[in-house]
Formats: sequence, C-alpha cells, structure tokens
Amino acid sequence: MVKASIEARGDLRLTRLTKTYGDFTAVDDLSLTIAKGSFFALLGPSGCGKTTTLRMIAGLEEPTAGSIHLGETDITTTKPYQRPINTVFQNYALFPHLTIFENIAFGLRRRGKSDVKEAVEKVLNLVELPHLAQRKPTQLSGGQQQRIALARAIVNRPALLLLDEPLGALDLKLRRQMQIELKWIQKEVGLTFVHVTHDQEEAMTMADTIAVMNEGQIEQMGSPADLYDNPETAYVANFLGQSNLIKGTISGNDGDSQIVDLYGQKISLPKSRSHAVDSSTYAGIRPEKFRISLLETPVKGNVLSGGKIEDVSYIGVSTQYQVEMPWGQELMVFEQNDDGVAPFKKGDAVNISWEPTFTFGLRGDEDATAGSEVAPEVLDEE
Amino acid sequence: MSQKIKDATIPTIPLGARIQRWVGRNLIKIYAFFAFTYLFIPVAYTFAFSFNDSGKSNLIWKGFTLDNWKNPCGAPEVCNALGNSIKIGLLATIFSTILGTMIAFAIGRHKFKGRSTSNLLIFLPMATPEIVLGASLLSLFLVFKINPGFWPTVIAHIVFCISFVVVTVKARIASLDPRLEQAAMDLYANEFQTFRRVTLPLVAPGIAGAALLAFSLSFDDFIITNFNSGTLTTFPKFIYVSAARGIPAQANVIGSAMFFLALTIVIVGQLVNRRRVR
Amino acid sequence: MRKIRTPYLLLLPGFAFLFTFFILPIINLAQTSTQTSVVGGDTGQYEQTLRFANYIDAFVENKEQFGRSFLYAILATLLALAISYPLAYAIAFKSGKYKNVLLVLVVAPFFTSFLLRTIAWKQILGEEGFVVPTLRTFGIISESTTLTSTSFAVVMGMTYNFLPFMTLPLFASIDRIDPRTLEASGDLYANGITTFRKVTLPLSMPGVVAGTLLTFIPAAGDYVNAAILGSPNTKMLGNVIESRYFKVVDYPTAAALSFTLMAAILILVTLYIRKAGTEELV
Repeated sequence: MVKASIEARGDLRLTRLTKTYGDFTAVDDLSLTIAKGSFFALLGPSGCGKTTTLRMIAGLEEPTAGSIHLGETDITTTKPYQRPINTVFQNYALFPHLTIFENIAFGLRRRGKSDVKEAVEKVLNLVELPHLAQRKPTQLSGGQQQRIALARAIVNRPALLLLDEPLGALDLKLRRQMQIELKWIQKEVGLTFVHVTHDQEEAMTMADTIAVMNEGQIEQMGSPADLYDNPETAYVANFLGQSNLIKGTISGNDGDSQIVDLYGQKISLPKSRSHAVDSSTYAGIRPEKFRISLLETPVKGNVLSGGKIEDVSYIGVSTQYQVEMPWGQELMVFEQNDDGVAPFKKGDAVNISWEPTFTFGLRGDEDATAGSEVAPEVLDEE
Repeated sequence: MSQKIKDATIPTIPLGARIQRWVGRNLIKIYAFFAFTYLFIPVAYTFAFSFNDSGKSNLIWKGFTLDNWKNPCGAPEVCNALGNSIKIGLLATIFSTILGTMIAFAIGRHKFKGRSTSNLLIFLPMATPEIVLGASLLSLFLVFKINPGFWPTVIAHIVFCISFVVVTVKARIASLDPRLEQAAMDLYANEFQTFRRVTLPLVAPGIAGAALLAFSLSFDDFIITNFNSGTLTTFPKFIYVSAARGIPAQANVIGSAMFFLALTIVIVGQLVNRRRVR
Repeated sequence: MRKIRTPYLLLLPGFAFLFTFFILPIINLAQTSTQTSVVGGDTGQYEQTLRFANYIDAFVENKEQFGRSFLYAILATLLALAISYPLAYAIAFKSGKYKNVLLVLVVAPFFTSFLLRTIAWKQILGEEGFVVPTLRTFGIISESTTLTSTSFAVVMGMTYNFLPFMTLPLFASIDRIDPRTLEASGDLYANGITTFRKVTLPLSMPGVVAGTLLTFIPAAGDYVNAAILGSPNTKMLGNVIESRYFKVVDYPTAAALSFTLMAAILILVTLYIRKAGTEELV
C-alpha cells in the first residue's frame, strides 16, 4: 500500500472534497481533475479555500469528506511522506540548520536514493545556483531561497509539484522574472504543477488552466483566455481584471445572438456567451473593448449613447475614462493611446461602442459587485 | 551685517551646557554602567580575595598569594562539598532536562484535554517559595522514614528544575516554524525521521540552554538542599556553615573558577549557535 | 489513536514525578499543619488532631516576621524594578552590537555562588570593609551606625540576588518592542515621558509582570539574606520556619507557617495577575 502510493502516477482527481473547521467550511464539495503534465493554478482571495485544498493534496490536512486520487491510487488518507507529491512552501521553509546541499538532498536521503550528490548538483545547475551548495539558507537572498525551495522539491521527481504562493515574498520585478523561470522549468522537467495564488496576473502568466475559487468552491475553470473573455459569473468577471456590468433584459433573438435591452437601448450578445437563466441579465464588457466617440462620429456594432465623460486619467500606455450613462451608472473605458487622436475632455458628450462578439452575459440575479472588492491577500511575513 | 554672520559661523556652546547635554543624552548608559558596577562588586571582591594570603579566615586583606589557586582543595571538606554539588547538579540536570523536555513537547506540540491544568502544574513549583518546597519534601521523606541525604537532594533539585526546563524548551518550540516540520514530512521523512532530523536539531539550543540553567540552579541552591541533604555537604552549604568562622580563600577560588568556566561555556555556546544558523 | 495518546505518554513520567515529589508533599504538609504533639511522647512525635488553631497560633506568634517578609519582598521587588528597567531598556535599545555581551554580563554574576556574593556584601559593608570607614570619614554616617545587621542590608542583599530574575524578562519584552513605534509616538506629538507612559510601558507590561513575580516569590520565602546580612531584629518568616524545623523540631507550626506563606503568595500573585491582565506567564 505504502509502496504503491509513492509510485503512483497520473492525473490528480479530487472527488467531492470537503474540509470543515467547526462551523466553518473551508472547502465545499469540490471536484476537479488536473491532467498529468499540466500547469494548473488555483486562484482566489484570502480565505477562499485554495490553500486548504493544496494542503489536503499534500497530505498536511485530512479531508472531512471526499477523496483524492493520483492515477488509480487513492491517496486520501496516506501520510505526506507516502505521497509522490512535493511542495514549495510559502516563505520556503528551508531547514535553517542544514546547508543548501543537505536541504536539497533531504528528500533523496529519506527515500534511500543512491547518487544523491549527482542529483543535487544537477538540480542546482538547473536553478543556476551551483556555487551556493555549502551555504546556509539565511545567507541567501529571497530569490535564491525561492529557487532552492523549488530545487529541493523537484529533485525528487514527484508526480505532482505544489506551489503555495511561492512568489508572494518577492518584490514585483523578481516575481515577474521568477514567473517566467518557473514556467520554463515546468516545461523542462515535465511535471504536473499545481500553483496556489491570489495574484490573477501571476496565474494568467503561468498556468495552462486556472480554477477560480470562492468560498470553498470553484466558480469557473478554464484557460486564462477563456476565463477573461467569457466569464460565467460576476465574481470571475470582477476578480480577473475589471468589467463593466450593465443590467438588462433579454428581449428577443436574432440568429446566433440575443437582443438585450439596456435601459432602453438595444444591443446584441452572442448566445454562446450568455449565461443567463431567464430574461433578466447583466451585459458584461471589458473596459478595453469599449470605444469612445463624439456624438457626430458614425459608429458600428453595439452602441450606447448619452454618455458624458466624468473623469480622465492619463497613464501613458492608455487613458482611462469614467463615462456617466443616462441611467446613472459610470462605465470604465480604457483607450490605447495609439492613434494620435486627441484624448477626450471631461464633460464631453459621447457615445460608447464595441464589437458585439466581445459582450458576455451573466445571470440577472447576481451581485454585480461580487469579487471586485476583495481585499488583497495579507501575506504573513515573519 | 553679513560680516557679522560670517564671523559667527559656528556658534560655540558653553562647556557646561555641552556636558549637560552629553549627560542628558547618555543618562541611561551611565545608569546602566552603575547597575553593572552594582552587579559585579561582590564578584570582583570574591575574585580579589581568592588571592588573599589569609590563613583560616578570609576577612581582611593580608597579602597577595597564588597558593589558593595552586591548591584549591587545600581547605578541609571544600573539594568534597564541590564534588557532591557537581554530582547532584549533573544528575538533577539529566533527569529534569529529559522529563521537562518531554512535557514541553507535549504542551508545546499537542492539543489535548487538560492542557491548561498541565500548564498550572508547571507554574505551581515556580510560584512556591523554596523554603516551602524544601520543607514539604523533608516532611514527606520523614513520613516514609527516608533519611535526608544524597538522593533526596537530587529528587528535590529535579522538582524545582523541571518547571524551568519546561518553560525554556517550550519557548524554543513555540518559536519553531511549523512549516519546517511539514516540509520534512513532504520530503518523505516519517514522524520519527522528522523529529530526529528537523525538530530535535532546531530545538536543541533551547534544550542545551535549559540544561545549563538547570545545572546552575541546582549547583547554586542552598535552601532546598539545606532541608533535604541531612549530613551531606554541598558547596553552598559548605560556605553557609563556614561563614560563621570565616570562609577559606579556596571557596573564593572555586566560586571565581565557576564564574569563568560558565562564562566560557555561554560564549562558546553563542558562537557555535551563530555558526550553525549562519 | 496514537495521536491522542502521544501527549499523555510524554507527560506521564514528568507528571508522575511532580505528583509524587511536589503535590504529595504539599498535601502531607497540609496534614502536618493540624497535628499536635503526643502527650508524654518524645520530641518530634505528633498526632493528627485537626487542630486548625495551629494556624492562628502560628500567625499571632509570628505576625511581625510575616509582615517583615512581605514588606522586604515588596521593597526588594520595587528596587529591583527601578534598577532593572533602565538597564534592560539600555541593553535592548542603546547597546548596538554589544547587546549579547551585555546580556551575558547580566547573568554572569549568577555563576559565582550567591552565598559567596552575599557574604562578600557582608564583608564589604561590614566594619572591616572599606565602605563604612569611608562614609564615617566624610561624616555621612555617625560612628555608631552600621550598615550590616540592618533592614537596609537585608533588602539590598535581596534586591541584588534577585536582580537578574527581574532584568531578563524585562529585557525579553522590551527587546520585542519595535523602535519605530516609539518614533511614531514622538511623531504624533508625545514627549519622552508620555511616550514611555503610553507606549513603552504598556508594551513591556508582560516583562514587568513576569519580572516582579520572579523576584517577589523567592524574596518572600528567602531567609539567607536575613541570616547573613541581618540581625535578630530583621528575621523573616523563612528564618522562623527554618528554626522550627531544625532547632525546635516543631513540625506542625513550621508546616502551618509554610502553608500560610504559600497561600498568601498565591493569593497575592493571583490578584496581581488579574490586575495586570497578563495570563502569558508560563
């Protein structure tokens, strides 16, 4: 049994996984399959259950209900050290009393592997820090510690590598650099990576598949482009980037599209991108998909008229506008500063237009602000 | 006008005011200096009088000699007493460190029913005056017709050392990042290997500190020892008893030697610790 | 199953030991305290008669020493606090890279037997020491005034002996204060005294509580300082208990006194912890 679990390989399958602490449900009936060899991200704000899920996969928490399979092997209750799974911990958890070499060799030695020296040297070369083998962890910079933590995990060639906010303690520039390196290393070693993060940009840069978690459940799962272009819920639409959600009613059909009435103005929305369950809906458009035009300029596609520019923020690569619509809502518009046209001024009366295919439709009974005011994760930096 | 300003480029502060400001800024350091002086006066006195060519009673300075240092066992009984103190200290240290470390791990690493009662049981011996500890143990030994002596003293010392060991080791365990143990488990170390390879090495400095503390508490104890040792003489008891007729200078030699020895151990320990982590 | 048993197995040997050699003796002490001597029996022969009046007799007979024990202990604790707080503050904030060295120096005197140091004080402050003649020469004390065999000497000796017990916990909690909070207080218009009262002191309170307890408890039960540095007029409860045990062989009175001392200390400590609001002592 022990031998079998440590040799297990294949897809990771979570079935109806649940974890409760007293009255609090951290992970709620979660089912999901992570394909072998993929880079999977669990994305969500603090307290959404993503870290608990990761710890259950690692074996550091026991599920209240449900099961975890790796390939055909049930590993739900096996000990952490009996799973072919390794973790890169938040703040790295390098052993302060051991040298870098011994830190990396730790897992190999516990499993009685031969050629420890060779394996450690190879992985140190992979993370480009072979000269640090005899140092102690406290002598290393944050970025170096991060790479050693990664090396210590992948040297074991686990079936699954778990990354718990591994870049959270690094500064922005280093974080971007490490994101690219991590992605490269994953391709290089061909392991399954499961990455937990609250940073949507990080998840989108690195992962093949992202699962957005909220209150212990998966809101939506898909490729980064899928999630961004076609969010199914207000939570996803707001948590991943920004969205304009406008309340409306589905008033008819036109071939592959629905006709949606937004405060008296009709727009078109592809049926394949509508997730409404009845006639009430929210039409969603990303701010950068909007185009602003003065009233006299002719425009195509979906148009909302009667806007008035309330605020202009110039941020170099683009300009952000707040446009107040006749029904009182302020829409956000990002315009690229690429065409040399003079930016609009505060107080200008404008129309807003966009390609109908960029519209997505949400259920009308949703909270349009869900996910938009999630506090950034507070990292415990001891 | 401008000429005047140039002349007075650096306004001079009167010396008195400067002294006043210096004192004001360094008041706390001056205070600390006096506090240290207070702490070290008797130590220096003891050290100085270890060189006194005193004969029997080491009360008045009679001249410098190295004889006391060359022959520390010169005075009757003194080395016998020292040997007893060391034996008792070592035994009490070993047992209290083992028992106390086990308790510290139980309280510091596990959640269980009766944890707060356990904490209370650890606190109580520290909140009990030594004289009560000593007297109550003696009463118990008398009830069971056990004569005071070597082993009763060892037992008494273990009683008061355990709590200090628990507190010291527990503090070290509490400062341990639980993720380190989780990382070890994640890297294929089972419970025993995790304890041996990660937990124990990381808690070890705390245990060593606790052992050192236990030994110095035991070695220096007089009150509890006085109640439970019967006719056995320990080093503090030797000093107390001979105080009436004058303490031989050899006692000062041993006291000073202990001081330098312990200081060396602490400093070496700190250096080793620093190298282990860095 | 194993998980649940582990802590109890770890506790078992230590707690069995503490039960046998700490709890049982205390119970036995309580039992001894109500005994009376056997009529016509030998010295040191007692029987259980549940005579609770032993407590009243013991207290009435020794109320002077009782009061003195607590008065001296409180004085020594306050003095130690006054000396240790600035010292701990200086080590924590003003010592730079010498912090560890100074910390070792605080503990270092400990390693010379405390009896040797106490006797050193007796000789320094005694007639043959250099302090008394000097003070007399300058006329600060009169020819007939002595420093040893006085309450002053006893309290000073106690302050001295328990000083590290005060300094170390104080240092531990002052050292944990982020110096930026003190700067922030200054930035928010608090002067030095206000900063101390409103920021430093509250933040170092756990250390103050732990330090005062670690000083007060052994000081209240002490009799060595009184025996070496004092006179018959400075006897503390510890001296009485000691002599009842060894000289008078009056176990019940000694037990009653021990028990009263312990109870009084526990009550005082409990009240004090309640007032200071710190439970994190252990």
